[in-house]
Amino acid sequence: MEKINQENLNAQSTSSKTLEEVRSMIKAHKRNDLIFASVGFVVITLILLTLLTLFIDLVIDGYPKITYDFFTSFPSRRAANAGIFSAWVGSSLVLLITFLSAVPLGVASGIYLEEYAPKNWFSDLIEVNVSNLAGVPSIIYGLLALGLFVYGLKLGHTIVTAGLTLGLLMLPIVIVSTREAIRSIPIAIREAAYAVGATKWQVVLHHVVQYSFGGILTGVIIGMARAIGETAPVITIGALTFIAFLPPPPISLSYPFISFEWLQSSFTVLPIQMFNWLSRPDHAFHINAAATGAVIIVLTLIMNGTAIWLRYKIRKNIKW
Amino acid sequence: MNSNKIKSLGLVALVASTFTFTSNINAEVKTITIDGSSTVYPITEAVAEDFQKKTGTKVTVGISGTGGGFKKFCRGETLISDASRPILKKEIDMCAENGITYIELPIAYDALTVVTNKGNDWAKTMTVAELKKMWESGSSVKNWKDVNPAWPNQPLKLYGPGADSGTFDYFTEAINGKAKSSRGDYTASEDDNVLVTGVSGDKGGLGYFGLAYYLENKDKLNAVGIIAKDKTTAVLPSEQTVMDGTYQPLARPLFIYVNAAKGAFDKDVKAFVEYYIANAPKLVKEVKYVPLNSSEYTAVSAHWKSLKSGSGFGGTPEVGVKIEELIKRIK
Repeated sequence: MEKINQENLNAQSTSSKTLEEVRSMIKAHKRNDLIFASVGFVVITLILLTLLTLFIDLVIDGYPKITYDFFTSFPSRRAANAGIFSAWVGSSLVLLITFLSAVPLGVASGIYLEEYAPKNWFSDLIEVNVSNLAGVPSIIYGLLALGLFVYGLKLGHTIVTAGLTLGLLMLPIVIVSTREAIRSIPIAIREAAYAVGATKWQVVLHHVVQYSFGGILTGVIIGMARAIGETAPVITIGALTFIAFLPPPPISLSYPFISFEWLQSSFTVLPIQMFNWLSRPDHAFHINAAATGAVIIVLTLIMNGTAIWLRYKIRKNIKW
Repeated sequence: MNSNKIKSLGLVALVASTFTFTSNINAEVKTITIDGSSTVYPITEAVAEDFQKKTGTKVTVGISGTGGGFKKFCRGETLISDASRPILKKEIDMCAENGITYIELPIAYDALTVVTNKGNDWAKTMTVAELKKMWESGSSVKNWKDVNPAWPNQPLKLYGPGADSGTFDYFTEAINGKAKSSRGDYTASEDDNVLVTGVSGDKGGLGYFGLAYYLENKDKLNAVGIIAKDKTTAVLPSEQTVMDGTYQPLARPLFIYVNAAKGAFDKDVKAFVEYYIANAPKLVKEVKYVPLNSSEYTAVSAHWKSLKSGSGFGGTPEVGVKIEELIKRIK
């Protein structure tokens, strides 16, 4: 204690100038800190304001249309009667297929690449390709799907084709986020499991997948949120614009109770309805387009919100 | 709970794999499939809506553009194709290759409308030659006074549809004398509402698109009266001038092409096309297009009943052909 005081005194007496310098230096750093924080704040506010303006504009324009009837009416030539029934049902079914195809494949690929794949030029190649795929314009997926699914595999212009196409689009997002999530697990957890004699598969199944579940889920939902807004690939593979009936129901009261006919059904999706209405001359249709836009944004927000909530909830349950 | 998650993931994978086995069960769902031009779409949509409500037969309509629609039609994927221009040589060949014959039915008129800004008080009428001077391939006219010395010194800004559009094909054919031949340095958009916004915000702006877009935006734009080649009076586009044939050369017929084999033997397709022709006069007006004359509809209806296949154009687009004459050409 005494020694420190002594040192302080020394410092004060010998280099009072330096101390001032140090203080001004700290002041300068704090100022820089503040400048960066303010710039960051301004940027994020601008981004939020842009989104908010767009959203509020859509809601103001579309608000009068967002009624129960809008969700339960088919497309019509009369703007007032037109609704998004076939579109939201189509979007949901397509997303279901997207989910069922992209998630198992994507999660499995992510786990394989992170846990099993030997580190050689081949895995590097795969890694580069996956990252590249995430940046390929969506229309390219549409063209690929047109050749492969529609004509190659003869799946036709159907819900299953659209689902698989958007699944392809979502796959790299799921793979990348799975790998990120797995990487965030401390090595100690794995080592502890190996130490008590667990096999690699057991480590992956009981620990790696469990603990990275929140991160994987986030990636999946963000991928789905991207897929729901995609228009170009869905148009390319032949989604319709006017369709005033729903796909056959998956469950029926008579034998065989479960039917997969809906997979073969033609369909439309929300962004296509919006696109079509927006390009019509009649202004009343532009209101419908705005309402559809608002619905798509709200759906995306709900999905992203769910992702954040689930991640938070799952993280809370992990105790290490 | 943790193992439940794994199980549910496994279940998901299992369900996904079963789809691949069941997807081959292709139930024959009776649907009239239509695809093609976005210009014809509103008319077909109106007919499809009413027909489905009345009969319960399922009808679907897509928008792939006239060219995209013919591709599907000639593969036999659709039963009817919407077209804002006649079928072209290469499309005729493609249909022939796949053994698809078709019946060409004109169902309405569209009037391409040349529009200017509300503030434009000098060019209320234009000759085809003046329009050609502005739009022809290689034209470098950038000022209104360079087109016509009587017009003021005002920069000329051109707005028009993109090169994939049937509207573009027809306009270039009618004005420049050759389809798809146009200067390229203009603001192009596939969305006509973008063109409306462009011209209405630009005093020296000039653009062209279908009549319906002008009628909906009358308060923001002027329509230009067109003086046809050897005429002296300007004609404004309207239902009347299109129907009596005086609005030339920018009035164009719109078509549907029906798969002839299905049209002859499938009673649903037959009923649909008959319903289409019978209700066209009313529905075409409702979606703000110009209907054919009643005598023309009678001719179209007779042509449909005769089931004569082929195109009256023979693969090369033409401007200003009368509907009746067109039908007579098909043997």
